[in-house]
Amino acid sequence: MIGALILRDARRGLAGAAWLPIAFFLLVATLVPFAIGPDARLLGRIGPGMLWVAALTAALLPIERLIEPDRADGILDQLLLHGVADETIAVAKIVAHWLTFGPLLFVAAFPAAALLHIDGQALARLLVSIWIGTPALAALAVAVAALTAGLPRSGSIACLLLLPIAVPLLIFAASFGAVGNNQAIALETAISILLLAGAPFVAGAAIRAART
Amino acid sequence: MKPLLRFEDVALRRGGRLLFEGLSFAIGPGERLQVTGPNGSGKSSLIRLAAGLLRAGRGRVDRSPLALADDGIALDREQPLGRALQLWNASPEKAMDALGLAQLTLVPVRFLSSGQLKRATLARVAASGVPLWLLDEPLNALDVDGAKRLGLLVERHLESGGAVLAASHQRLGGEWRELELKP
Repeated sequence: MIGALILRDARRGLAGAAWLPIAFFLLVATLVPFAIGPDARLLGRIGPGMLWVAALTAALLPIERLIEPDRADGILDQLLLHGVADETIAVAKIVAHWLTFGPLLFVAAFPAAALLHIDGQALARLLVSIWIGTPALAALAVAVAALTAGLPRSGSIACLLLLPIAVPLLIFAASFGAVGNNQAIALETAISILLLAGAPFVAGAAIRAART
Repeated sequence: MKPLLRFEDVALRRGGRLLFEGLSFAIGPGERLQVTGPNGSGKSSLIRLAAGLLRAGRGRVDRSPLALADDGIALDREQPLGRALQLWNASPEKAMDALGLAQLTLVPVRFLSSGQLKRATLARVAASGVPLWLLDEPLNALDVDGAKRLGLLVERHLESGGAVLAASHQRLGGEWRELELKP
């Protein structure tokens, strides 16, 4: 069942507006040189950090569509009746959400890096930090989406909830991308693992609590 | 014979209001029970409690494998009806046929009327192959033909040793044991 669930969610994500977060990401990368000016060295230095901010905000875009439609249509209830634990649903949603934006973001990082004059070494570091960080972003997004499902204006509440928790990830990912600090990548990995391990339980408990 | 669903001294409180307490009943194979009562008396909550989607404040609920048809359509709106039903059951064709949905197999769920959606949720239950059916307001949005088809399905399910618990303030076809909830 979990495989079918991942497949279904990933297909729904891609059939919907999967290009939207990526377009947003590239749009930010396009705007930064206009705002900062064409100084290639400066752009190269702040580029990885800028792209991480863009990636983080891009991951927020689909947050309202992750849990709420399934809750409102009773799909989460039926999954429970079919013996699927709420935590399992959360894991499937995290994997599916990552599949719809992680790999695409990875590809979009290449043109974005070109726009910001990020050199080859820094690009390689950025890609590593994206591989490590995006699963955690997906996990966070699903957990927060579950916590806010069914609330009015849940999108803005979700942003307020998610951003502070995502700050440590952002600090270490951007630090590794910008200056190649190896301790930073170790810490980013640690935080990523922590978020990935905790998010299914938070999301599962939130789904259970939302069932009235 | 072992009952398929048993409530023992069950109390349920929702939003600070006591809906019912000391509720005990059992449904065995071949039996059907209709929960009646005015709006807000807790019919739907009782169904959700029976399904295990709510926890009883007191008492105990024993249940066998069950299928639930309520307001949630639990179908992907972009998918054709046949595919959407396959999320829950590999071969829903017979049940779709029984509810007169066969010609809608390829129609995306979002184009269906509320009556057709009701039939689709009933088809999901009919295809499930489990002994206990829980139906919350099964007649809502159903036309005469739909109600007749549902009646036939229920009869067949009871004959094969199943049981049905339905909540409705309307009269359901056939002989139902009644359980009235007071407001």
